[in-house]
Amino acid sequence: MNNTIVEVTNLKKFFPLGGGLFKTPELVRAVDDISFTMEAGKTLGLVGESGCGKTTVGRTVIGLYKPTAGKILFEGTDVFTAGKAKKTQTRRQMQMIFQDPYASLNPRMTVGDIVGEPIDIHHLAKGKKEHQERVQYLLNLVGLNPDHINRYPHEFSGGQRQRVGIARALAVEPKFIVCDEPISAVDVSIQAQIVNTLEQLQEDLHLTFLFIAHDLSMVKYISHRVAVMYLGKIVEINLSAELYAHPVHPYTKALLSAVPIADPPLERKRKRILLEGDVPSPINPPPGCCFHTRCNRAIPICKEEIPEMQDLGNGHLVACHNYQ
Amino acid sequence: MNTLLQVRDLEVEFRTYAGIVRAVRKVSFDLKAGEVLAIVGESGCGKSVTAQSIMRLIPTPPGRITGGSILFDNEEILAKTESQMQKIRGNAISVIFQDSMTSLNPVLNVRTQITEILRLHKNVSQPQANARAIELLSLVGIPEPKTRMKAYPHELSGGMRQRVMIAMALACDPQLLIADEPTTALDVTIQAQIIEVLKNIRQELNTAIILITHDLGVVAGLADRVMVMYAGNLVEQGTVDEVLCEPLHPYTWGLLRSLPRLNMGPEDKLKPIWGQPPDLLLPLDRCPFLPRCEHAMGICAQDRPPAFNGQDSHSVNCWLQHPLAPRTRRPQEVG
Ligand SMILES: Nc1ncnc2c1ncn2[C@@H]1O[C@H](COP(=O)(O)OP(=O)(O)O)[C@@H](O)[C@H]1O
Ligand SMILES: Nc1ncnc2c1ncn2[C@@H]1O[C@H](COP(=O)(O)OP(=O)(O)O)[C@@H](O)[C@H]1O
Ligand SMILES: [Mg+2]
Ligand SMILES: [Mg+2]
Repeated sequence: MNNTIVEVTNLKKFFPLGGGLFKTPELVRAVDDISFTMEAGKTLGLVGESGCGKTTVGRTVIGLYKPTAGKILFEGTDVFTAGKAKKTQTRRQMQMIFQDPYASLNPRMTVGDIVGEPIDIHHLAKGKKEHQERVQYLLNLVGLNPDHINRYPHEFSGGQRQRVGIARALAVEPKFIVCDEPISAVDVSIQAQIVNTLEQLQEDLHLTFLFIAHDLSMVKYISHRVAVMYLGKIVEINLSAELYAHPVHPYTKALLSAVPIADPPLERKRKRILLEGDVPSPINPPPGCCFHTRCNRAIPICKEEIPEMQDLGNGHLVACHNYQ
Repeated sequence: MNTLLQVRDLEVEFRTYAGIVRAVRKVSFDLKAGEVLAIVGESGCGKSVTAQSIMRLIPTPPGRITGGSILFDNEEILAKTESQMQKIRGNAISVIFQDSMTSLNPVLNVRTQITEILRLHKNVSQPQANARAIELLSLVGIPEPKTRMKAYPHELSGGMRQRVMIAMALACDPQLLIADEPTTALDVTIQAQIIEVLKNIRQELNTAIILITHDLGVVAGLADRVMVMYAGNLVEQGTVDEVLCEPLHPYTWGLLRSLPRLNMGPEDKLKPIWGQPPDLLLPLDRCPFLPRCEHAMGICAQDRPPAFNGQDSHSVNCWLQHPLAPRTRRPQEVG
């Protein structure tokens, strides 16, 4: 793929936990050796249970966290080793939309100021008039009334606040946006509005999305490819429709079979693969394949060797000793 | 099956600075013994307030039940004194909430929390209560229940805490279990486990369940009947197949069209309900869904739609069902 915009290689991000003067801190292995690429103008979905490291991947990729190890290339530039000017320029191309539209907006700033702040920081407008025009253009772009520029966040509904967050992210003309659970906090009917807006923006502005969500059916709908994470590792990546139709990793299978579907006759005859127990702690992940403690296909080797990522063709990757 | 719960024209108001919030607006429904009824709708539509009314847990002030009747086991709940209600709560009717961390007492271990309820409502000795607690923990699928009896809430995972809450709610063999968003905060894999527990309970104990959720997938797998609420109003009710496969209300259509479907092609798009969520300060004399409805007619602005009964138990509050209304087909992607 020469259309690659983001390339992540052997990325690790560990957080120290606890510790003290005479105590070595424990390490939370939030992201533990993952690699993936992203194609420009497309959406990569990232799914997995809470705590598996999705947010950490997103934040590290756009440079909010310094990786413990590994490499992140954005349009060929190493995000962490590039010179200062290049780094600033690259970072601007990468933005993030957050889950909580309430917490991520400053309640004392008007919507115009919230959206306009990045424009000032990066000197993207000459003079007051151009600044205001740009803010109004952005509000219009995300489906908000440009006349509401002087309103405060509390005057908007949850869905509208999420749009304000999107407009702010778009203010610096990014190419790549990490959408971290952007629809989890809004209602069903509003979720569809936001997702449609994101799709439209992607088409119009040729944006690349890393779309993190726990609603697997929405991820399927919006993503071209989907990566499944478990305990800091990617276990399977495939084209979205393929992944959902033919999952091969036992964890992907269990995860997808757990998703309830709003179709009573179908739901009544569905067989679930119920996972036993809980996700182990990322401080002391199980040896070998980290999923073996809950896996219904585990064989002796799974306890000993970490499975390598295997390429099954057409961009279908799976890390499993005994996949089906 | 006999009717366990009969709610008629229930009305609940909250007095706020902005005005009177009419959170529940003349809602009527029945629940049979052993039945699972789901209440669905977007946040703020009055699901929890409806459930709190049945338990008489509306905070007063600012809230007040201003009208209607709630018959539970043929007795008027709204006529009971607070001390009578205390004998019912946690006993004949019990409730589980979304957030297990705030509902469990952090300084008491699992054993104490469960046996306290038993000692309060049932005339049992401590050893009897202990034995029953272990029985309950295994009923909700907690492995090694004897060991887990000593655990404190913070030592348990979210899924395990949710199970403990369910065990507590079941301690006194309730006739009615109200589950208010029991799986909303959980991962899908844990949600699937909890759904299995709830299925098990209704099979083994024949407990009637009111399941409050905004997830239509959860409803499809668990409920016998569904009621859809919008802005404090009941807009449609029927069996789970009637409401999800052959819905009649434009709002229900909108909800289903907002969800990704399995058979969607690459070119198919979601169809959101346009406009903003409703304002509960709005007057009562019109259809609550009017501002967002593509099929709105003159009458919808003049009068509140009554319940039109379709086949069997399916009913819908929408003027499109009136004999004089134009025949409107359900959108093809729904049902
Ligand atoms: N800043 C941090 N410090 C310490 N631990 C963290 C930090 N951020 C995340 N973690 C831990 O890393 C793991 C992955 O977290 P996160 O990336 O937020 O997962 P997800 O987004 O998939 O829910 C979790 O165990 C979490 O507790
Ligand atoms: N304690 C309260 N004070 C004021 N308003 C309340 C209170 N509890 C609920 N409401 C209002 O009642 C409406 C219905 O709330 P609720 O039943 O909790 O909705 P949901 O369907 O999300 O469970 C909401 O609009 C809310 O603002
Ligand atoms: Mg996260
Ligand atoms: Mg509620």
